Amino acid sequence: MKELFPAKQVNGFVFSLLLTVVALSVYFMDMSFELGMTILLITAFIQAGVQLIIFMHAGESKDKSTIYTSLFYSIFIALVTIFGSLLAMVWGYM
Amino acid sequence: MEFFERFAVPHPSPLIYASMVAIGLTILAIILGITYFKKWGYLWKEWLTTVDHKRIGIMYIISALLMLFRGGADAVMMRLQTSVPDNGFLDAQHYNEVFTTHGVVMVLFMAMPFIIGMMNLVVPLQIGARDVAFPRLNALSFWLFFAGAMLFNISFVIGGSPDAGWTNYYPLASNDFSTSVGVNYYNWALQISGLGTLMTGINFIVTIIKMRAPGMKLMKMPMFTWSALITNAIIVFAFPVLTIALLMGTLDRQFGTALFTSTDGGMDMHWANLFWVWGHPEVYILILPAFGIYSQIISTFSGRNLYGYKSMVASMVIISLMSFLVWAHHFFTMGHDAFTNSIFSVTTMAIAVPTGIKIFNWLLTMWKGKIRFTVPMLYSVAFIPLFTIGGVTGVMLGVASADFQYHNTMFLVAHFHNVIIPGVVFAMLAGLTYWWPKMFGFMLNEKIGKWAFWFITVGFCFSFFPMYITGLDGQARRMYTYSEATGFGPLNMLSFFGAGLMAIGFVIIVYNVLYSIKNSPRNIGNDPWDARSLEWATQSPVQSYNFPVTPEVESADALWDQKKKGSQIFKGKVEKIHMPNNSGLPIIMSGIMFVFAFSFVFYIWAGVIISAIAFFACMVYRTFEKDDGYYIPVSEINETENKNGGAN
Repeated sequence: MKELFPAKQVNGFVFSLLLTVVALSVYFMDMSFELGMTILLITAFIQAGVQLIIFMHAGESKDKSTIYTSLFYSIFIALVTIFGSLLAMVWGYM
Repeated sequence: MEFFERFAVPHPSPLIYASMVAIGLTILAIILGITYFKKWGYLWKEWLTTVDHKRIGIMYIISALLMLFRGGADAVMMRLQTSVPDNGFLDAQHYNEVFTTHGVVMVLFMAMPFIIGMMNLVVPLQIGARDVAFPRLNALSFWLFFAGAMLFNISFVIGGSPDAGWTNYYPLASNDFSTSVGVNYYNWALQISGLGTLMTGINFIVTIIKMRAPGMKLMKMPMFTWSALITNAIIVFAFPVLTIALLMGTLDRQFGTALFTSTDGGMDMHWANLFWVWGHPEVYILILPAFGIYSQIISTFSGRNLYGYKSMVASMVIISLMSFLVWAHHFFTMGHDAFTNSIFSVTTMAIAVPTGIKIFNWLLTMWKGKIRFTVPMLYSVAFIPLFTIGGVTGVMLGVASADFQYHNTMFLVAHFHNVIIPGVVFAMLAGLTYWWPKMFGFMLNEKIGKWAFWFITVGFCFSFFPMYITGLDGQARRMYTYSEATGFGPLNMLSFFGAGLMAIGFVIIVYNVLYSIKNSPRNIGNDPWDARSLEWATQSPVQSYNFPVTPEVESADALWDQKKKGSQIFKGKVEKIHMPNNSGLPIIMSGIMFVFAFSFVFYIWAGVIISAIAFFACMVYRTFEKDDGYYIPVSEINETENKNGGAN
């Protein structure tokens, strides 16, 4: 019975529901903008990770290293592009 | 008549009318010629609908060469205009149009298809595959690029050429300052050819990751394939930025949004930012395959394996990441504070380090080698010092504080031509000569090729080195003329002389092709250069299925192993081969895309809607189309192999 029950997926599902509730609380509870954004950003990234690993099965196949390499490469480039643009266009712009 | 008025050229000249007549006559001559020789069927069946990576590669290269001559003509016109002070050959508006066209054509419609053509031709052969992973997508890539290139090329006779520079900065490119449809052409031509490039990127990553011959681990791939893998990774991450930037530009110009305006909350310099977020990785998209080609050629003609294989790979991976970290050095003087400029200045200088590693690796590959100075090797050897000069002046420009002196001068123009011509153009000419036998089954004449090489190299030095001096003296780029008192005259005349030498060099290359078609021997065997990697283990020209048996390799120099160590590449026995069918869909879809983009440029909404529906209809058709490809039977393979001298 234990082999048949997809514990990982069920736990993942409960966990992602929990993350959704936490994110929703930003709307319903009275908190500062900074705190709200922080909570949203953190829960969003964890949520993306949960979906990717548990429900999209990253890391379960033979081309695991290819998937993770391209994932980290794209995260790197996304961050560099966003923060670099902010630096060039907003923070460092006289 | 009112409808047709929009197609008139806003700033005509006798030169443009002459071009219209010439274009009309050329098209007529081509159509009549093909009809007269009854070649339509052949053309359609063998070329226009082909999904064969080699033929697509050849079509890419032919288009690139055509565009090289288009862009070259623009270059000669600019050099002629600036050869003497106060020249009246071109007026300011025409000069703007010519340098804009020159830049776009040379980067996006010459260099890009040339490298993609080389990758198409060589990568599947080097990894022992029968074709790319998605052959039909590959055909679509080519035809989308071709549609974009043609759209861009008709702009100067229909509706007006773009004139805001190849960088197309806003607010200059906005409706207020660029009133003709020129910049719309720019947006749409780049948009659709960019889509093709993005598809190529995905296609080749999958091909290289999934379709390598047994035994070819990642670290046993030939260096050109490695460079292609890295390049395509950069393409996949960089091109979406261009797509979005062009879309934002289109929204601004055609739908009245205020994204790149200087008022209403827009940010005009954000275009420059996005353009270079794509544009700087684009520079490495151009140069990395060139590095790969040089690596193959230098190792072959030095008779040695490539020195520092691992460091070559590592430096390319580092370059691919760092190429995304330096883009703001293209606009140091735009208004950043010193801290921001320092960051991008340091990353810019740091990226010279992995490039330097590669230069030393090539030198050490030649060290103690038995060097054969063939035409491809001559280009490679000339590349090393010339590219280094370009790199050093690049580091000079990378010093942010000093850049305030050099920026927007001919010094910058000299620098980037100094890296792109010896870097990319020499590599393409070297690669073209090197792999020519794999395409056509004969070799280009060495003697004539060397003449062309000397004309191009010496011409290059005469054209661009004077610009370093005039640039430091303060000659601004993109100025259509200057007064005699500036003293720029003699050096600019020298530069024109150099451009003339280069033009002669390219004419000699054309002559060489014609001469070699007529006179070169055809029985050259598989391996005319005594080369090392897998593509030389199959026939010249390569048969449609590439390899009769799936090859098995032990190192990056598979053929060398077979020649020197006696290891066998072809171990299995011949079985029937599964191949993809040709398809007319890619060229039809690209034709529809051409109509779509053309209608969009001129705000013809009926055309936009109809062609968009037609395009999606093609996609739906493709979804339900059943196409399992076909098999080449063993008897036919044996026949082909025996006719051409047998499989090894």
